Amino acid sequence: MNYIVNGKTFSAEPQPGQCLRTFLRDRGVFGVKKGCDAGDCGACTVWLDGKPVHSCLIPAFRAADRKVTTIEGLAPNGKLHPVQQAFLDAQAFQCGFCSAGMIMTVASFNDGQRADLPHALKGNLCRCTGYRAIRDAIHGIGAAEPDVAGEACGASLGNPFGEGIVTGRARYTMDVAVEQLLHLKVLRSPHAHARIVRIGRDAAMKVPGVVEVFTWEDVPRRLYSTATHEDHLVDPDDSYILDNVVRFVGQRVAAVVAETEAAAEAGCRALDVEYEILPAVFDPVAAMEPEAPVLHQKGGEAKGNIYVDIHGEVGSVAQGFREADAVHEMTYSTSRVQHVHLETHGSIAWKDDNGRLHVRTSSQAPFITHQKLCHLFGLFPRNVHVFTERVGGGFGGKQEMISEDLCVLATLKLGRPVKWEFTREEQFIGATTRHQMTTHVKLGAKRDGTLTAIEIRVVSNTGAYGGHAGETLAASLGSPLTAYRCANKKADGYAVYTNMVPAGGFRGYGASQTTFAIECAIDEIAQLIGMDPFAIRRKNMVRPGDWIESVWKDPSDVGFGSYGLDQCLDLVEKALADGNGSRKPDGSEWAEGTGIALAMLDCGPPTEHRSGGVMLLLPNGRYHLAIGSTEMGNGSVTSHRQIAACHLGARADQIDIINADTDLTPYDTGTFASTGTVVAGQAVGLTAAALRDNILEYAARHTGTEPSVWRLEHDGVVSGNNRISLVDLHAAGTKAGHRFEAKRKAYLSPRTVAFNAHGVRLAVHRMTGEIRVLQSVHAADIGRLINPMQCRGQIDGAVAMGFGWALTENMVYDGLGKMVNPALRNYRIPAIADVPHTDVFFADTYDTIGPLGAKSQGECAINPVAPAVANALAKATGVRFPNLPFTPDRIFAKLAFQP
Amino acid sequence: MNLNTVTEIKRPTSADEIRQWRDGYAWLAGGTWLFSEPQQDTDTLIDLDRLDWPALKASAAGLDLAATCRIADLYGFAGPPEWIAAPLLRECCNSFLASFKIWNAATVGGNICMSLPAGPMISLAVALEATLTLWPRGAPPRDVKAVDFVTGNHANVLQRGELLRNIQLPASALSKRFAFRRASLTHLGRSAALLIGTRSARGDGEFLLTVTAATPRPVQLRFERVPSAKDLRQAIDERIPADSYFDDVHGTPAYKRHLTGHFAEQIRAELAPPAQPAKSTKPAKPALSGARI
Repeated sequence: MNYIVNGKTFSAEPQPGQCLRTFLRDRGVFGVKKGCDAGDCGACTVWLDGKPVHSCLIPAFRAADRKVTTIEGLAPNGKLHPVQQAFLDAQAFQCGFCSAGMIMTVASFNDGQRADLPHALKGNLCRCTGYRAIRDAIHGIGAAEPDVAGEACGASLGNPFGEGIVTGRARYTMDVAVEQLLHLKVLRSPHAHARIVRIGRDAAMKVPGVVEVFTWEDVPRRLYSTATHEDHLVDPDDSYILDNVVRFVGQRVAAVVAETEAAAEAGCRALDVEYEILPAVFDPVAAMEPEAPVLHQKGGEAKGNIYVDIHGEVGSVAQGFREADAVHEMTYSTSRVQHVHLETHGSIAWKDDNGRLHVRTSSQAPFITHQKLCHLFGLFPRNVHVFTERVGGGFGGKQEMISEDLCVLATLKLGRPVKWEFTREEQFIGATTRHQMTTHVKLGAKRDGTLTAIEIRVVSNTGAYGGHAGETLAASLGSPLTAYRCANKKADGYAVYTNMVPAGGFRGYGASQTTFAIECAIDEIAQLIGMDPFAIRRKNMVRPGDWIESVWKDPSDVGFGSYGLDQCLDLVEKALADGNGSRKPDGSEWAEGTGIALAMLDCGPPTEHRSGGVMLLLPNGRYHLAIGSTEMGNGSVTSHRQIAACHLGARADQIDIINADTDLTPYDTGTFASTGTVVAGQAVGLTAAALRDNILEYAARHTGTEPSVWRLEHDGVVSGNNRISLVDLHAAGTKAGHRFEAKRKAYLSPRTVAFNAHGVRLAVHRMTGEIRVLQSVHAADIGRLINPMQCRGQIDGAVAMGFGWALTENMVYDGLGKMVNPALRNYRIPAIADVPHTDVFFADTYDTIGPLGAKSQGECAINPVAPAVANALAKATGVRFPNLPFTPDRIFAKLAFQP
Repeated sequence: MNLNTVTEIKRPTSADEIRQWRDGYAWLAGGTWLFSEPQQDTDTLIDLDRLDWPALKASAAGLDLAATCRIADLYGFAGPPEWIAAPLLRECCNSFLASFKIWNAATVGGNICMSLPAGPMISLAVALEATLTLWPRGAPPRDVKAVDFVTGNHANVLQRGELLRNIQLPASALSKRFAFRRASLTHLGRSAALLIGTRSARGDGEFLLTVTAATPRPVQLRFERVPSAKDLRQAIDERIPADSYFDDVHGTPAYKRHLTGHFAEQIRAELAPPAQPAKSTKPAKPALSGARI
């Protein structure tokens, strides 16, 4: 058959059942992405005879003799199409994985479609941006500012990889062609709890193309945790690479490696597995009962299925409730949700000619993954190289090692490169989720609004394995309580094993769940005593001079590097009072309500976290920066270049950056827990300052002057009227034996605090339960903004994710622990129609702890969104909705409509 | 996604070329559902593209849609002015969860043969009283009423290997007044309930109410004249017992039952007054979610 792809004609025979997406990618057209492979996300959009289609749904044979245009062919001769340019100007991407499909879709629009984005863009999902920047791009609104030497910090500079993203040239994990590649697929358990009696592999081995089958009998019998933290002891060693007991539907049973994905899949189907079904338990409260089946007996559990319990009390809540004039008590619960980073998990492992192992992967923590691989397979660290190129979103989901290990196992055994790419369904059934938590809250307050007691009891469902269970539980008992000054606080938390898919790290990390509960409860008690939601928060919220403490008296390394919570509340209050002109729809069936919530974040985790940087001045006068942290759409490479440029008086684009590579960069714990700025950014700042001193000292030595008279300015050093270009200085220095280089490390202590407040005004239809968000406002206290455009983008994205958690997302299971909706058309992350515009405001603060006055900002913005929605819904309806999400059918059920 | 179990594509130019039907065969229309999930029981796809059926033909008798008519072609169709129900074509296209890009591949027949409760082409065909022509293997063509075609969630009257050939929307139905209501758990999402009422243009005549998405299969209620609210409610409850609403992640049965009653009454009220010629040529402007065009 003849194909015409981006103007090039060639002949090829696709596999009979092959879709156009893989047919194009097999030919190196990597701008065509796989987000879902089921037609729901639009990341694979191409044009067929000028009409946009989802190439994952198009039979490849049908594209023969038709004109196929992909992102690579959108504009000729290396130029940018106007839509590509608009996306670049507006920086309408974060991880950029959806951008190629988004641009191919937008570039096909007529005027009517441009005017109706909710319909026209419903087939393009973005998990990062909240769609605001995408709307801006389509409407021709640009935000990127020029890169001026010495003014990089605080400027809205574009992503240095932006052009690669909008042209489809940016290479994500799977965007490489590897020779001699083998493909790995896993058979996943259909049972929630079972012992594997026998695995017959003969039929599988006979499938043409199958090379090897791996079962629990073939792996090192070494316990570990898939969760990645600097301190390996904070997660329980409760997992085997492959186990003879499966504890959730979807757990890996066996891996099949074959010449093609098709053969590997056929091999999985041909495996003959005999299971002994074991009793299963899905509810964490039931799992704590004495008669419940016990999942683990590995020595790390607190008691039975309780992996860990945490308790604490300051003051006496019993006394506090006696002093209270009003007491509110209610049980709140949050739903199990998935990260849905558009790039699924996946890794490629291979050995080089020297026997060194290389692992190209989609990870937020390549260095910890490196350590875990060495531990599991008994490898010398120097013989293993783990790296990322471009990562298509993380949100905590890639703070796990769940794809690298099997690829390495197979490569070590077979000697050939091995690739494993998760399907979207596997993301739901075989990756991790947010911890479902149920929180009982009891609050006491005096008539004047003073909180006299806060008591919570949290039960967290960690699923079949305990990664992140202890840390998220601790976080759930931490900052949401710390945010309020109260003499008497008590918390009891339990993280419990069940036969559910394991939970893991997720943006907001435990604090989201309890923030929801407490912020709802604060509104409830305010109503009991007849107080305004702003007033009760102002009366009780933590302020400088207060102890930053939740329920433990231990000394803490958290301090007020800055404080802007008061500004956040003022900003939200004013914005809501000013309104935005949008009125509730006509009709008495629409009810309107306004709600707010606040959130507090410790900037960085209580566990250890460290990062190192290396910088060099290069002979061409440019700078090289190596930093271990991962860029996954969080914008760290952009802000790191800005931090470095700030210290060096340079333009950001004078700095070449390499990141997240165990060979090429210093160690970094990982990009999670909001550390990209406060730890890795700190390391960059320290390194850049050291290199600056190195350069100025050499300039002084070279000229026989004092270093203090010299300063860096753009591409030279300057003292009065004297200027030496960096190129000349480097040449002179090198000749004299000087080395222009620096290395520094950063460690996270002390930690500062950040704050967010969110306000929502919404209308709810009393008959259909439909919610329309009329106004959404957010205020963030994140210190100095290294890159205001990027900061706003992170907040837009976190807020959109918050709306998804509040309104649309929920992983639903049948009675046997099988997920009912593991596809994006049935598990609904917000599409553009679901996300309102949010006005974002920033408190005017400058942090004394964070680098260049900045604080953490990637996570916390999600936390106040769901409770603000809940509080608005309660105001509108007079009914408290304590369980997420607020879908129209649940609203209907609670309002008890009369048909 | 790749359908790795598929080992052969047949591309007949006439359906008669497929004489023997066996397990593992599947007709391939747009492919937008087939390629969206693994099809482990399918090894051969029989491509309908080369049959070259004309997508749509309008005549005095009505609108004749080939099963292979793309959704995009249907969306782009403009009927004669007397077909005052023609705006329903677009309303139903816009009721897809899928984007307009999918419409460039997906077909009207494919959606009907998928027979999902929320299939909007089913809503359209049933509400406009379509007749479907089926081509069994080795037997003469047969006609079925659209309302009888879908028998349950993902189930229909098609025999093994039987092909849906076309969908005839009669001019009489296309010339009726209509009212349309739809709701979804998310904005522009999959329908939890999609109800359409029609009534003859003159404003007397029978009242036809079609309930889809809320029930596993379409339910149509026919009244000689517009019933009272009470009679309508009672008729719905008799035809659709409370425990027979469709239960899935796109809405609870109780919610769908509630929406059905709520929308049915709105539709009844909208179509009860006699027609006013100036107004009747405009599509109804529903006030509810998913209906914002």
